Amino acid sequence: MPVVFVPAILRALIFVDRVDVDCATVGEIIDELEGRFPGVAAILVVDDDMAPGIAVSINDQVSQMGLMEPVPVDAEVHFLPAISGG
Amino acid sequence: MTTVERSPYRVIGTRPIRHDGLDKVTGRARYANDVNIPGHLTARLLRSPHTHARILSIDTSRAEALAGVHAVVTAADMPELSALLREQTEGSLVNLGLLSRNLLAREKAMYRGHAVAAVAADNASIADAALALIDIKYEVLPPILDALEAMKPGAPIVIDELRTNVNSTFRGGGLRAPDEEASHSNVATTFTMEIGDIANGFELADIILERDYHTSAAHQGYIEPQSATAFWSSDGLLTIWTSTQGPFAIRDQTALMLKLPAGQVKVIPAEIGGGFGAKLNVTIEPIVARLSQKCGKPVKMTISRTEVFESMGPASPAYVHLKMGVTNEGRITAADARLIFEAGAVPGSPVAGAANCMYTPYEIPNARVEGIDVVVNKPKTLSYRAPGAPSGAFAVEQMIDEFCEQLSMDPIEFRLKNAAQPGSRRVNGVANANMDFEKTLDVARATEHWQSPLNGEYRGRGVAAGFWGNATGPASSIAGLLPGGRFAYIEGSADIGGTRTTSAMQFAEAMGILAEDVRPSVADTDSIGFTSNTGGSSVTFKQGWAAFEAAKDMTSKLTERAARMWKVEPDRVAYEFGAVTSLDDPAKKLTIAEIAARQNGTGGPIIAHATVVPGGVAGGFAVHIVDVEVDPETGKVDVLRYTAVQDAGTAIHPGYVEGQMQGAVAQGVGWALNEEYVYDKDGRMENASFLDYRMPTSLDLPLIDAVIVESPNPGHPFGVRGVGEAAFVPPLAAVANAVSHALGVRMLSLPMNPRRLLEVLTEMAST
Repeated sequence: MPVVFVPAILRALIFVDRVDVDCATVGEIIDELEGRFPGVAAILVVDDDMAPGIAVSINDQVSQMGLMEPVPVDAEVHFLPAISGG
Repeated sequence: MTTVERSPYRVIGTRPIRHDGLDKVTGRARYANDVNIPGHLTARLLRSPHTHARILSIDTSRAEALAGVHAVVTAADMPELSALLREQTEGSLVNLGLLSRNLLAREKAMYRGHAVAAVAADNASIADAALALIDIKYEVLPPILDALEAMKPGAPIVIDELRTNVNSTFRGGGLRAPDEEASHSNVATTFTMEIGDIANGFELADIILERDYHTSAAHQGYIEPQSATAFWSSDGLLTIWTSTQGPFAIRDQTALMLKLPAGQVKVIPAEIGGGFGAKLNVTIEPIVARLSQKCGKPVKMTISRTEVFESMGPASPAYVHLKMGVTNEGRITAADARLIFEAGAVPGSPVAGAANCMYTPYEIPNARVEGIDVVVNKPKTLSYRAPGAPSGAFAVEQMIDEFCEQLSMDPIEFRLKNAAQPGSRRVNGVANANMDFEKTLDVARATEHWQSPLNGEYRGRGVAAGFWGNATGPASSIAGLLPGGRFAYIEGSADIGGTRTTSAMQFAEAMGILAEDVRPSVADTDSIGFTSNTGGSSVTFKQGWAAFEAAKDMTSKLTERAARMWKVEPDRVAYEFGAVTSLDDPAKKLTIAEIAARQNGTGGPIIAHATVVPGGVAGGFAVHIVDVEVDPETGKVDVLRYTAVQDAGTAIHPGYVEGQMQGAVAQGVGWALNEEYVYDKDGRMENASFLDYRMPTSLDLPLIDAVIVESPNPGHPFGVRGVGEAAFVPPLAAVANAVSHALGVRMLSLPMNPRRLLEVLTEMAST
């Protein structure tokens, strides 16, 4: 099942480095995390979309579909700073 | 010189004349300043003479009374947007409340040159006269001009209600809410990324180095200053013509700042005279729009070069404290960095970009990076090609060079030994997948440049590597069949580097036709679907995907039309290389031109379209080799030879790829050897012109050998990787390594200008 790598911004709520989640989309993952670690959604989601400044990486690919992004069963999920180019 | 393994393409990999080339070299291309709407007014900005001051009052009555003045705007005329951190909901990198305060000062003037009022008048002379009639009362405050000083207790506070966002990923920063504790700090954002066990990693090292590095502020060097024209039609539609890398960002940000529906704003991107990251967001557009709204006339503003230097921010100056450890065999065991980036007066330096890229080429099992974004009383810094990454590489690549000296190890061999492998983790935790750093190093090692000796006193050779992740995003395109059988190809990406031609080439390749039979153009925001910014080295990738999909749609429609004309089922015809053939009678053929000639009588115009949001991005690596000679009497550095090697994926138009690499080298050499923003103690910029801010010209550089390593990206139909930014990551470090070898003294600070090198040479002579 997918594994979420816990970023520093969530360490105050999630006290482990990684969390296994049996979910098919990013949105489902966040709902699952919220259920287990209340307060996570408030950090990761704003107005039914990813919060400003947060990019979601599925394996090494930055998601383009936000909460709707499908997550393969063996994927790593990382919540990273959104990076701007020049 | 181009290194290719194999070319299966007919168009891709060739070098057609760029579609916009003739207009650009004959002066026919229309840039934003060439837009002249009949009856337009000229706008000017009044700028703060103070580096840090509270605005007590603004009286525009005398200016408004001047004959020929049609509108005056201050922050009071603009909707007030929340700058509270917790209320930011739009965009991923920008705090709109703070950005709007940067466009026009509200509570404070936060740097010398900060715009405080705007005037629209019949002509520039009247506008300038009106500026002098605007009465502003300031309470002058002490400024703070350096990030390290700004972090000290007791330093003047730039933004009174700034909230220090700890472990944040939101680059835009923001203010505290009333119920949140005040930070009383100039630190906008901090974060830490870490993998492995740092302490243990250093325990395993035989050699540990720890250094402080500094990179200066550097201007992006776009030749065209910001320019915009705004006009409201009588039905309330706002049209903006502007020089921009992101017409849709301008549309959306202007709408938000003026509290308009986005559908009420149309942005027409003009040809752009350079951007390099500085033209991704609004700069003057909302102000020009508000002036036009107030007076009901078209208004145009073009700022001067001095204003560009004094108000449109440079690349962030950066302090990098780096500690690394290696074994005697040359394996990196640990790396720990603290990055302090100057954001200017508004949060948002690219410190995260540096953090994400600096270690990425290497397998470092124990790594940490702390990033800190600091505000000071200078213009808000803006992106500049691979934002943040060159400063991070300046530190890492130089420290690696020192390890190689101590270990007597070849610097390319060291990098090969430590090259990141698929499956190894970056400092942000992501596991590497598609890594071609080793291949790029191998090609660099095999170059004639690297293989040839460099002899002579005060001469040195430097090598450095770099990585950039590249970006993607939504992209839209429309293709229409023209009479004669050519295609109009319309795209949403602003063209700042030749991407209309690379898109046309990808469309042509997929259609099996010539690039010359495609007529590409860039559309306004009403005429094409949303397309994300031209930045992040994303366009050839994402717009190429859109071209590929549009071509598929077009071939499908051509076969349907031919089938209709022949009265057969579509599966009885096939398209290939510009013609449709009957599968039942191969002699029966219709060319695109023949279909085009009859399209209106056989069902109407044939239009194809595509909107994509493609994944499959791959990052890029670059390895640069440079030879320099230092004049011991003047401290001047001559670049004798430069080779840039880059893993560029499939080179759609090799000439463009080479141009991106060579341009990046030119900019990097300038930053390394001379460019900095010089401020006096009062915060006045002392070199605010291209005469005093000296950038390299063709006379300052040798021919730059661009070596393209083509490792096709499996995530793209034509193997595209972004190329424009990875090329900009190594030059600072490569030149610093070369100068360090030439002098025998490590250069930890930029720029390495003649004055600084003379100081080094003088000190060397005295010891």
